[in-house]
Amino acid sequence: MELFTNQVLAGISTGAIYACMALAVVMIYQAIDHLNFAQGEMAMFSTFISWQLMQWGVPYWGAFVLTLVLSFIGGIAIERLLFKPLAKAPILTNVAGFIALYSIVNSVAGLIWDFTIKQYPTPFGSYPFLGSQLISTHQAGMIGVTILLLIGLFFFFRFTRMGLAMRAAASLPESARLVGINTSWMIALGWGMAAAIGSIAGMMIAPVVFLEPNMMLGVLIYGFAAAVLGGLTSPLGAVIGGFLVGIMENLAGTYIPGAGNELKLPIALALIIVVLVVKPAGLLGRPIVKRV
Amino acid sequence: MTAMLNVRDLRAYYGQVQALHGMAFDLSEGSMTTLLGANGAGKTTTLRAICNMVRSTGTIEFEGAPLIGRPTESIVRLGIAHVPQGRGTFTTMTVEENLQLGAITRTDRAGVVSDIERMYDHFPVLKDRYTQQAGTLSGGEQQMLAVARALMLRPRLMLLDEPSFGLAPLIVRDLFKILGKINREDKVTILVVEQNAQLALELADKAYVIETGRIVMSGSASEIANNEDVRKSYLGY
Repeated sequence: MELFTNQVLAGISTGAIYACMALAVVMIYQAIDHLNFAQGEMAMFSTFISWQLMQWGVPYWGAFVLTLVLSFIGGIAIERLLFKPLAKAPILTNVAGFIALYSIVNSVAGLIWDFTIKQYPTPFGSYPFLGSQLISTHQAGMIGVTILLLIGLFFFFRFTRMGLAMRAAASLPESARLVGINTSWMIALGWGMAAAIGSIAGMMIAPVVFLEPNMMLGVLIYGFAAAVLGGLTSPLGAVIGGFLVGIMENLAGTYIPGAGNELKLPIALALIIVVLVVKPAGLLGRPIVKRV
Repeated sequence: MTAMLNVRDLRAYYGQVQALHGMAFDLSEGSMTTLLGANGAGKTTTLRAICNMVRSTGTIEFEGAPLIGRPTESIVRLGIAHVPQGRGTFTTMTVEENLQLGAITRTDRAGVVSDIERMYDHFPVLKDRYTQQAGTLSGGEQQMLAVARALMLRPRLMLLDEPSFGLAPLIVRDLFKILGKINREDKVTILVVEQNAQLALELADKAYVIETGRIVMSGSASEIANNEDVRKSYLGY
């Protein structure tokens, strides 16, 4: 029983990271109807920026906030330069754009910071949380940060004019323009926010997986699994999906004989396929119905 | 009366297909004007061209400001509200959020709050349902919401695309009564495209008849209503 509780709690803490990635994926999917394959690499790059800032002597939380701001601006720049011109292009052109972005960001990070593994600090320490052996203070911190982020996003989308305008632009662009919303900038804003959310995921997971250019590959696949499970149209679903995927990953690794660490990733991929076959809209997503 | 909107030599295109062939008309301030015509004549395209939602050439001037080439959202900010065909309701949002979206470009918070109350006076049915998802409203209620949403902009000019579409006759009467009231009391200039020609002509001051992307007849609403060709083609007697 101790082992089970332990695994569930560990699952919730990594699930928090998957939830952040899924949230970033859903934000861009809502805005432009495409999955951002480069989301993980963008998050990795942001994490390197925060690491570099700390190397230069900026204290942790200063680097954290500065990285959020830089990632936000970077996300907007990527949308303006690369994806705005592709807005009316076919799906495959966009996919090519995402893959190009993926490999460019990955290589540039390798070029600047090389591919050796780096230690990344945690602001929460790695002690037993509240004296319990079950989770560490860093894991508890990850969960706390995710929950704060969620509450913040909820208030932003529910109670601010900008949040309302972004929701309108994502759900019905033409009607949104007819009430005077600049939908093109709302998309850019969505990219900026997604990049910032992704950077939080990167900075939180880096102390666990260590910092290197390929650190987000697995995390992004779990993030996709979480987004698909929760429903690509539902931010709340993405978060619940993130926690569920984290728990499932840990339980499967512990209890399914032979699944071990090597087969954890295929489990995420299998989950994506099962959800797409059985319930394509996900747990909380709304099915897309087109009238003909 | 001075002209609020001048349209000259308006041509519009869907890809290679030309839908409007040099339209010209004026809307005078405070008037209610109707565009009549068969399906495919170009009524909806005319409204879409005013809001730059279709590729077009020629000139459209709103109070002296040229509209062609201006982005839709900035045309709306000049005070032109467009109630599109199919109503454009934000179905996943609540009734109240839809009304707030109508006023999203306004910065006078107190004015927006009092205007929402005013809309609930105009359309009591919306007040009963203000926390409901707009997609759960009936067709008539959604049309009321679409008109209310457009009014939240405090528009100078309102464009309505077939407001009676799919509504029961009694509801259509109510809706047009409210439109008349808005036109007279709030001094909103209205351009309405309508299949129900009889009703539109009863309320409008002026009418234009369109055929295949050209204006073929214009005059006061009563002149048009009494024209024999119009009676046969659009009024059915």
